[in-house]
Amino acid sequence: MAKEKPDLVYGTLDMLILKALQHDPRHGLAIADRIQQMSQDILHVEQGSLYPALYRLEAQGWIKAEWGVSNNNRKARYYKLTATGRKQLSAEEEHWLRITKGIDLVLAGG
Amino acid sequence: MPRLRAWFSRLLGLFQKNKRDAEMAEEMQAHLDLLIERNIAAGMLPHEARNAALRQFGGVEQTKEIAREQRVWRWADEFLQDLRFGARMLFRNPGFSILAILCLTLGIGTNAAALSWIEGILIRPYPLVAHQDRMFAFIGTTRGVEGHNGLSYPDFLDFEKNSTLFESFIVDRIMGTSLSVGDRAEWASGGIVSANYFDALGVRPILGRGFRPEEGTGRNAHPVTVISYRTWKDRYDFDPNIIGRTQYLNGVQHTIIGVAPEKFHGTFVGYSFSFWVPTSMQETFDTTGYKLEDRGARWIEGYAFLKPGVTRQQGQAELNSIAQRLEHDFPETNRGHEVQLVPLWKTPFNGAGNMSPTLAITMAVVFLVLLIACANVSNLLLARSLLRRHEMTMRLALGAGRRRLIKQLVTEGLLLSIIAAAGGIAVAYWCRNALVLAFPSPVPGVVIDFPGQIDWRVLLVSAGICILSTLVFALVPAIHASHVDLSGALKSDGGGVVSGSSRSRLRSTLVLVQVSLSFVLLAGTGLLLESLAKIQNANPGFSTDAIACPISLFSAGYKLDRAKSFQTELLDRVRTLPGVESATFARVIPFSYNVFSSSSIEVDGYQPPPNQQPTVDYVQVAEDYFATLGIPIVSGREFTRTDDENAPPIAIVNETMAAKYWPGKNAVGQRVKVTDRWLEIVGIAKNSNYRTKLEPTMPFLYVPLRQNWGVQNTLLVRTRETPGALLNALSREVHALDANLAPRMPSRMQEQVDEMSYSQRLAVTLVAVFGTMALFLAAIGLYAVMSYSVSQGTRELGLRMALGADAGSVLRLVLSRGLRLTTAGIALGAIAALVLTRLMGNLLYQVSPRDPIAYGFALLVLLGVALLACFLPARRATRVDPVSALRV
Repeated sequence: MAKEKPDLVYGTLDMLILKALQHDPRHGLAIADRIQQMSQDILHVEQGSLYPALYRLEAQGWIKAEWGVSNNNRKARYYKLTATGRKQLSAEEEHWLRITKGIDLVLAGG
Repeated sequence: MPRLRAWFSRLLGLFQKNKRDAEMAEEMQAHLDLLIERNIAAGMLPHEARNAALRQFGGVEQTKEIAREQRVWRWADEFLQDLRFGARMLFRNPGFSILAILCLTLGIGTNAAALSWIEGILIRPYPLVAHQDRMFAFIGTTRGVEGHNGLSYPDFLDFEKNSTLFESFIVDRIMGTSLSVGDRAEWASGGIVSANYFDALGVRPILGRGFRPEEGTGRNAHPVTVISYRTWKDRYDFDPNIIGRTQYLNGVQHTIIGVAPEKFHGTFVGYSFSFWVPTSMQETFDTTGYKLEDRGARWIEGYAFLKPGVTRQQGQAELNSIAQRLEHDFPETNRGHEVQLVPLWKTPFNGAGNMSPTLAITMAVVFLVLLIACANVSNLLLARSLLRRHEMTMRLALGAGRRRLIKQLVTEGLLLSIIAAAGGIAVAYWCRNALVLAFPSPVPGVVIDFPGQIDWRVLLVSAGICILSTLVFALVPAIHASHVDLSGALKSDGGGVVSGSSRSRLRSTLVLVQVSLSFVLLAGTGLLLESLAKIQNANPGFSTDAIACPISLFSAGYKLDRAKSFQTELLDRVRTLPGVESATFARVIPFSYNVFSSSSIEVDGYQPPPNQQPTVDYVQVAEDYFATLGIPIVSGREFTRTDDENAPPIAIVNETMAAKYWPGKNAVGQRVKVTDRWLEIVGIAKNSNYRTKLEPTMPFLYVPLRQNWGVQNTLLVRTRETPGALLNALSREVHALDANLAPRMPSRMQEQVDEMSYSQRLAVTLVAVFGTMALFLAAIGLYAVMSYSVSQGTRELGLRMALGADAGSVLRLVLSRGLRLTTAGIALGAIAALVLTRLMGNLLYQVSPRDPIAYGFALLVLLGVALLACFLPARRATRVDPVSALRV
C-alpha cells in the first residue's frame, strides 16, 4: 500500500500536497507540477501515489474536489484546501520543522 | 469533526462504489490527456506522446486499486470476509449449528413474543386508533381511598366543556347484552360510547356513518348502533344493504347505521366488541337504572386525548382545577372526588391493568430463558473453540492479531444469533395471537382478544437483544480462545487432564454459571407458581358454589311494581324447589362488571379529615343473602323478609367499615346516613372480596332489597342440584309466572370469580410454559457440558483404569466431581436468588420471597438433572476400553 518513491520521505506527501494547494485550487497534474517546481526539480511525485493521497486527504475533509475547466479548455477535477486542511497544513509544517531541526542537530553533532 | 466526516465519506463510498469508480476513471483519463497534450506540445508524434504519457503515469489500474483502498471501509471488508468464513464453519458443523440456533431461536423468539404482547396489549393496544401516545384512561378516584371508580355523566360533560388542553374525551362503557337475529338470541359484548367516539378515535366506519352529536343525548331516544366487522361477517354474511336494517339489542329494536373497519375491535383490552350504542341508550343496557342526569352515579369509563405538546401533568392540573370547582358547586355528590389521567398500560378498568404485572413476570421469565440459552450456546461455542484450538494457534502463529481473532469469533456468533433472531421473530409472529388460546371465551359469542403486535419498535428491541446475547455468549469463548499458549498448543490436541488446566477451570465456571442461573429461574418460577396457586385458591370470602341466574326483566319491559311482585313470587317458588337450601336476590353480584352503588355517608360522632367526604360502596340484597353466599354474620343479624318498606330502614356493614367508623364500639345499633336516609345498623358481616381477589379490603355496606327495590336483579341460589338441573326447574317456575320470559343459563359463582381473575390464570399458564422451556434448556445445557467434560477426560479415565481402578471407583470419581460443581452452583444460585427474588416482592401474593418450598423444589429438580447428566456419561466412561483410550 505504501508506494511512495524513496525520493520522497515517507509521510510527507500529504503535507506537500496541502502546501501546493495553499494559494490556489489545482488539478492533479498541476499539483505534481507545482511540487516539482517548488522543489526546484528535486522532488518528483508519481501519479501512483498522488491519487491515493488525494482521495485520502479528501476523505479526511482537508481538501475538496470540484469539476472545472483547465487553461486549455479541458475538463479537470480541481482540489481546494478547506479550513481544516489549512489548520492541518500549519500543524504539519510546524511538526516538520521541529523534526528536521532535531535531525540537523544530530547530524551536525557527528 | 473531520474524523466524523471521513467516516461518513467512507460510508458513502461503500454505497456509491460504482459512481465513485467512474469519477475516478474520468479524472485519471483527464490527467492522461493533459500529459499527452503536453508531450505533443513538446514535439512528439501523437502515438509517441500517448505511450510516453502512459509510462509517466504508471499503472492506471494499480493506481485505481490503491486509491480505492483509501476510501473503502476496510473493516466492512474484513467483516464480510469473517461472515463468509463463519458461514462455512456453520455448514461444516451442522449438528452444532442447529442446536445453537434452536437454543437461541427459543430465547430470542420468546422475548420477541413477549415484547409483541406488551406492545399489542399495553403500549399500542388499539389498532387503527390515531394518537395513542396522547391517549389516557380517564378515571375517578376518591380522596383517601385506594382504587378507582367511574365518572358520572354530568361530571363528564363538565370536564369536556371546561377544559382547554384536551382534544377530546370519550365514554366507553363495556356491557354484555343479548343480541337477537330472527329467533336466535346470543350473548355479545358491546360498548356504550359517547357520540364523538368514532371521530375522536379517527376510526371511519367502512359502511354507513358513526354517531351524530345529537344521538348522545335524550333518554333512550336514539336506538342506533354501529356493528363490528365481525358481526357484519358472522351474523349478516356481509350483507351490502345492512345500513338501515334493525337489530334487537337487549330487547330493544336498534337501527344499524354503520359497520366498523375490520381491524377495529373497540377500546377495551381483553374483549373484542360486537357493537356500539350511543350514551343516550344507557338505561337500556345498564341493569342498575337511568344515570345520565345523576351526578352521583359514577359509571363512566373513558379516555381523554391531550392536545399535541401538552404533558400529562399539565392536563392533570387542569382537570384538578375543574374537579375542585365541581366539588365546590356540588358538595353533596362531589366532595372528596377527584379524577386522574392514567397511561393506557395502567388502565384499571380493562384487561391492561390486570395484564401488566402478568406481562412483567412473563418478560422476566423469558429474559431468564434467554440467559440460559446464551449460557448453553456459550458452552457449545467454548467446547468448539477448544476443538478449534489448533486452528486458532496456527492463525496466531502466522501473525493474526488477537483482536482480529476475537472479531472473527464474535462475527460467527453474530451470524448464529442473526439466523436465530430471524427464526425468533417468525416464532413471535406465529405466537402473537397465542395468548387467546389460554382463554376460551367464557360465553359463546363474546370474543376475547389479546393481540400481539410486531412493529418496528419490537423489531428494534429484538435486534438489540440479538446483539446483546451475542456479546454475552460469544465474547467469553472468543477471548478465551485468543489466549492460546503458542509454545504448547501447536502440538497435537488430545484428551486433557482432569484438573488443574485453565481449560477445565473455565468449563467448571460455565457449569457453575449454568447451574446457578437455572436455580434462580426455578426458584423464581416456583415462587410465582405458588403465589398464583394461592390467588387461585384464595377464599373470596363467600361460597363459590352458589348459583347465579340472571333474569332480564328490564329488557322484557317490566316496570318497578310488576318487577317487585314477580321477584317476590319467584323467590317463594324457588325456595320450595327440591334441593334448594336458600335463595335470594342481589342488585349486583360480586365479581361482575356491573358497578355497585356508591354513596357519601355521614356517621354520628365521626369527624372526617378536612376535604374528605367518606363514601362507601353498597349493594341492595334480599333476605337470606348472607346464608346463600355463606358470608358469616359476626355480630347482630341478617336481613329478613319483614325488613320491607314498612319497617324502619336498616343496613349491614362489613368488618372494615365497622372498625373504621366505630372504633372500639359495637357498630350494631349505631346509625349511618346513606343517600339522605339514616339507617340503623343491624349486623356486621365478615369481610369478603367484592370485585377481585387482589383488591384492598374496603368498607362495604348492604341494604335490604325490599326497602330499595329495582327492576333488574340477579337470583342467587344455594342448591344441591347442578346448574343445568336448576335451569329446568327454574324455567318452569318463571314460565308459570310469565309465559314470555325465559331465564338465561345459570352459572356457579366460581365461574364469575374465574372470569374476573383471568389474568392470574394467564400468568400461571405463561409461567408454566416458559418455566418448563427454561428447565428443559437448562437440563440440555447441563447435560451437554457435563458429558463433554467427562468425554474430554476419557484419556485420563482410561489411564486410571489401565492402572487398576475399577468401574465403581471411576464412576464415583466422575459423579463426585459433577456433584461438587452442582452443589457449588446451587449454593451460588441460592445466594443470587435470595437477592433477586426480593425484587419480585409486589408480584408475589402471600408468598415470602424466601419461601422454602420454592427453594426446595429448585434444589431437588437441579440435583436430579445433574445426577442424570453426570451418571450417563460416567457410565459410558467406565465402559471405555483402556487401550483405545490411551491410544488416542
